[in-house]
Amino acid sequence: MDIALIYLELFWTFFLIGLFGFGGGYGMLSLIQTKVVPAWMTTSQFTDIVAISQMTPGPIGINSATYCGYMACHNAGLGTSMSVLGSFVATFALVLPSLILMIIIAKLFIKYMNTPTVQSVFSGLRPAVVGLLAAATLLLCNSENFSTPKTDAWQFSISVALFVATFVGTKVYQVNPIKMIVMAGFAGLLLLY
Amino acid sequence: MNIYWDSFKTFFKIGLFTLGGGYAMIPLIETEVVDKHHWVSKEEFLDLIAISQSCPGVFAINISIFIGYKLRKVRGALATALGTALPSFLIILLIAMFFHRFEDNHVVASIFRGIRPAVVALIAVPTFNLAKSAKISWVNCWIPIAGALLIWLMGVSPIYFIILAGLGGWAYGRIIKPTA
Repeated sequence: MDIALIYLELFWTFFLIGLFGFGGGYGMLSLIQTKVVPAWMTTSQFTDIVAISQMTPGPIGINSATYCGYMACHNAGLGTSMSVLGSFVATFALVLPSLILMIIIAKLFIKYMNTPTVQSVFSGLRPAVVGLLAAATLLLCNSENFSTPKTDAWQFSISVALFVATFVGTKVYQVNPIKMIVMAGFAGLLLLY
Repeated sequence: MNIYWDSFKTFFKIGLFTLGGGYAMIPLIETEVVDKHHWVSKEEFLDLIAISQSCPGVFAINISIFIGYKLRKVRGALATALGTALPSFLIILLIAMFFHRFEDNHVVASIFRGIRPAVVALIAVPTFNLAKSAKISWVNCWIPIAGALLIWLMGVSPIYFIILAGLGGWAYGRIIKPTA
């Protein structure tokens, strides 16, 4: 019974994420995070999932849904094959709203996409997605990802330095994000071992 | 050649070879579906990007469903969506199955201690880029700020915020500024 429940919850959660996930992969992250942390995993596990989703090929939304589905079942004490099923349920649920919506739009509504009503709805959604991304950033700025000056001043200062370096590197110098992750990992190995 | 297999294969390749997610996929998708296979015209592709961006869900999946549907209706859409999602699904499964065994390894743990703050910065950067393209100014900057604070400090579900923002935009266009 409990096991069936976790799949049902995974399905419903990722269906909602697929339905309300505006603004692409990053826009989805705050939705995914508020749903899966702390119910199914810790913040640091979630951050690791984001990192791995970014370094592996494919859309970040699909990658993180697959991984979160696996992790939720794994953390609930289920075995490998049951966790694979969790991955499948989460990924399928994420894609299902797209499948329904895009087919309806392709079939019927393409001509309505440019009407004033639809355009004004999007004029409200666009600034909101910026807020979602800001929320995702703020939610991840916690002690699990950065440590604190009290518990580990060294790790905290290195973390802040890596945050600033990655921000400036990708924003100002347009360094490839994957390259940035690899370098940050290397810095972690050298400085935080 | 069988169009289902052909479109599945094309989107499988797109899913397998694009790093960095959605927007990084656009050039590759364009090369494949516009230049190589002529499934959509250049103009249609631009409309398609605008529509897929406005719709909820994974950007690359939305594009693939639209093209699949245009080719062979629902079955075509299933073939292309499966093609886009499958490489991600398989690669992540492999990693998920083995990663937790190394999680407690000292070397892996320290690498991820360095990666985590970098990942937070990688999410912070598109916030500012998106603010630019969403034309955030002094007049409307309260919307993202209020939303971020509601979600971050008050624990409001982002879903309610999205619904509210959509309704707000609709009301604004309908009641306050009907001519714009």
